[in-house]
Amino acid sequence: MTQPLIHHDVLQSAIERALRDGGDFAEVFVEDRRSSSARFDDGRVEELVSGRDRGAGLRVVRGDTTGFAHTADLSLAGLLAASDAAAAAARGGGGGTRVVALSATTPHPLRADVVVPETVEKSRKVELLRSADAAARQQGSAITSVTASYADAHRRIVVANSDGLLADDDQVRTRVAVQCVATGDTGMQTGYEAPGRTMGFELFDSVHPEEVGRTAATRALSLLDAVPAPSGRIPVVLRRGAGGVLFHEACGHGLEADHIYKDASVFSGSLGELVASPLVTLVDDGTYGREWGTLAIDDEGHPAQRNVLIENGVLTEFMWDHVRSRKEGHAVSGNGRRETYRHLPMPRMTNTFLLEGETDPDDIVRGVEFGLYCVQLGGGQVNPASGDFVFGVTEAYLIEHGEITRPVRAAQLIGNGPEVLRGIDAVGNDFDTWTGMCGKNGQSVPVSSGQPTVLVREITVGGTAA
Amino acid sequence: MNDLVQIARRVAAAATNGEQVEAYVVRSRETEVEVFGGEVESLTTAVIEGIGVRVVADHRQGYAWAGSLDASVIDEALRDARDNAQFGEPDEWYALASPADVNGAIAPELDLWRDELAAVTTDEKVRIALELDRATRVADPRIRNVESSGYGDSLTEAALANSWGVEAAQRRTTCGASSSAIADDGTGAQTGYGYVAGRTLSELDLDSVPRDAATRACRLLGARPIPGRRLPVILDPLVTRSVLGVLSSAFNGESVLKGRSLFTGRAGEQIGATRVTVLDDPTDPRSLGAATYDSEGVPTRRTTLIDKGVLQGFLQNVYTGRRSGAGTTGSAVRGYTSTPGVGVRALRFEPGVLTPEQIMASVPEAIYVQSVSGLHSGTNPISGDFSVGAEGLMVRGGEFAEPVREVTIASTLQRMLLDLAEVGADLTFLPGSVAGMTVLISEMTLSGS
Repeated sequence: MTQPLIHHDVLQSAIERALRDGGDFAEVFVEDRRSSSARFDDGRVEELVSGRDRGAGLRVVRGDTTGFAHTADLSLAGLLAASDAAAAAARGGGGGTRVVALSATTPHPLRADVVVPETVEKSRKVELLRSADAAARQQGSAITSVTASYADAHRRIVVANSDGLLADDDQVRTRVAVQCVATGDTGMQTGYEAPGRTMGFELFDSVHPEEVGRTAATRALSLLDAVPAPSGRIPVVLRRGAGGVLFHEACGHGLEADHIYKDASVFSGSLGELVASPLVTLVDDGTYGREWGTLAIDDEGHPAQRNVLIENGVLTEFMWDHVRSRKEGHAVSGNGRRETYRHLPMPRMTNTFLLEGETDPDDIVRGVEFGLYCVQLGGGQVNPASGDFVFGVTEAYLIEHGEITRPVRAAQLIGNGPEVLRGIDAVGNDFDTWTGMCGKNGQSVPVSSGQPTVLVREITVGGTAA
Repeated sequence: MNDLVQIARRVAAAATNGEQVEAYVVRSRETEVEVFGGEVESLTTAVIEGIGVRVVADHRQGYAWAGSLDASVIDEALRDARDNAQFGEPDEWYALASPADVNGAIAPELDLWRDELAAVTTDEKVRIALELDRATRVADPRIRNVESSGYGDSLTEAALANSWGVEAAQRRTTCGASSSAIADDGTGAQTGYGYVAGRTLSELDLDSVPRDAATRACRLLGARPIPGRRLPVILDPLVTRSVLGVLSSAFNGESVLKGRSLFTGRAGEQIGATRVTVLDDPTDPRSLGAATYDSEGVPTRRTTLIDKGVLQGFLQNVYTGRRSGAGTTGSAVRGYTSTPGVGVRALRFEPGVLTPEQIMASVPEAIYVQSVSGLHSGTNPISGDFSVGAEGLMVRGGEFAEPVREVTIASTLQRMLLDLAEVGADLTFLPGSVAGMTVLISEMTLSGS
């Protein structure tokens, strides 16, 4: 378990080889990832799956060009071949021998309380799915289908680069998910719940599979009685936790330095300007607790940190990776992430939070004559250049005369990130987080988002009600 | 390729008495060039190898995979798969493809590999991507920037063997180029996308990429939300592809067995307008998803799913085919990191006779939807709910009128099939497993300003 992933002299040789024909920067990223998953469907355990992925990604940067190659062969010969391939893409200029001295690594061993998933008996993983399934089915005979899944990943990484950086990390994540289908007179409805943390099997000290099953089932059942969603521009209240993903998509992506640097963000050139309601403070915090997006180091070897992106409505900072920060002469921010060793890093969010305010969430609802109360969003999509977004609402209720009333069927929220930020009229004094996978340029990384209960003056709701 | 077959055979041969073992081995060589601001931003070259091992014993199934073809790693995967099988629950229908499942089917002869692509130099690929970036930048004076331009290709070989003696080996090449333009005339930025894909470089119409990207970005300039109403909707081929992609899971025999298809129990019923014929045809080599064998080693075939509006049946793999009694349709799909599921490879509507221009002229007013967003969050293939963000242009008198953005269009998948008024003749093969064409839906609900 504790043997090193790779010897430091191999890393050093690979970096020196990569820069033999020139180049400004070279990096080796080594990853060894073991994963396991189990699926419970149709009333029984379908199968357990084990996975192993191990390899290295080599990149060489020269000017604005990055050459990248990856290999599953972690021998010296394998890494040198990848070095040559990456160097070929960024060749020209400079050249000659460059000696790289790697600094002593900062170890990030697993916390003592992490129950490493490989050490957990497989039968226990299966058992928790059985209890989630049973709890979900107990919610009512209208629950016609339950799918429960368990997944863990243990990822060890080592990063070394020509600046002498050498860092490693040991990351364990665990997640459980339940999807239910309820069938009624109006057809089928689905409910989903999927908590995950940067934890091992001790996750289940605080997350109870039965509760996850019940939540998913209740969600599906409530939709059976749902009325069509309204359509048009109306006030929207996002319950604590539910709307963080909206700020992640509609604002966070536009604050990633690659979009900014390519002039492909609606926030380009807005630093220091008021871009949101003064009630809004938005942070990206890779150090926060043991959330799904929490890291010791990012995938470029830099420590995770808490970055304040918007403070009291004023745009204060972007999220950076190595390439963009070096070009702009800006400090890195611990946001350089990649899905696997087969991918190039880019600026990515970690845990993105809208910080809490002062209003009682009940008062927020009471102040709305007619609107939508969103309890769960199903993810969405944004065009960072325009800030336009869409979001699926998977659990929502009408607000009528200051009261939460009938559940509504699935609908989309559509709007514009900066407009929503400016249209935030109240921020609650509560807070919760949400677990998700964030996709960007074909790479998926674990993130969380969070927010207090928030009132947005108006968002277009795309329902089917006339 | 031969070494992959040898590896698969070696693993399958390890099956002990009463045990079934399957190995699926893949190797892919990939190149990707991305250009930004007139410079190569990144150039990635890689060989990806992996293996998935499935064990069925005592009607239990276990699976393990590894991103390496090292002998020791493969042995570990086989061990893990056997161990995992002990923890699954028995299901009498678990089985690997046997000669009885293949049932005498002959794999189609398809030419999906081009030696020419393997011979293209990296310098040439870089040159193509740089030229796309340049050409997009100058395609229209209103182009403010090019978000990215790129070229990518892959040469993929796969081999499967199982302990019944079923074997399948196949290989294919694909390549594609794209460009994403940002137009701005002071009314706000709009993006447009151009793409081509094929089996080798000489099959790509590269000139169309910058032209499409610029046209699609510029024609949205000045786009605004419009008031909500019900109106006819024309879907761009790319959008039709996406909608059909969402619907594809309803044809999935596994969804049907698990009560998650909105078409469960409706075979033989009229579920769409008479213009609607839907088929999955991986034996058509023009489709980029074409294949000779499916992911369990069963020959592929053409399957009609909806014929003139009447639901014909569903797609099946060995498991769902045995359990439902329908038999496999050669529709197992997978990567090496997962057990075979059921899926489409080359789904499409049967094309109609009208050109896109004739479809636009067939209604007094409609919205032409150029792109949709939030497709996965806003659509539910189980309930059929459909609500997505849309941008495009109004169409009046057969001509494009004002551009529209920040609206949603909503209906249900069931309703949309019944309301499908025209299917265009412009069948367009696109990357992935679904093809597109222009279609007209007689009415949807638009929400806007």
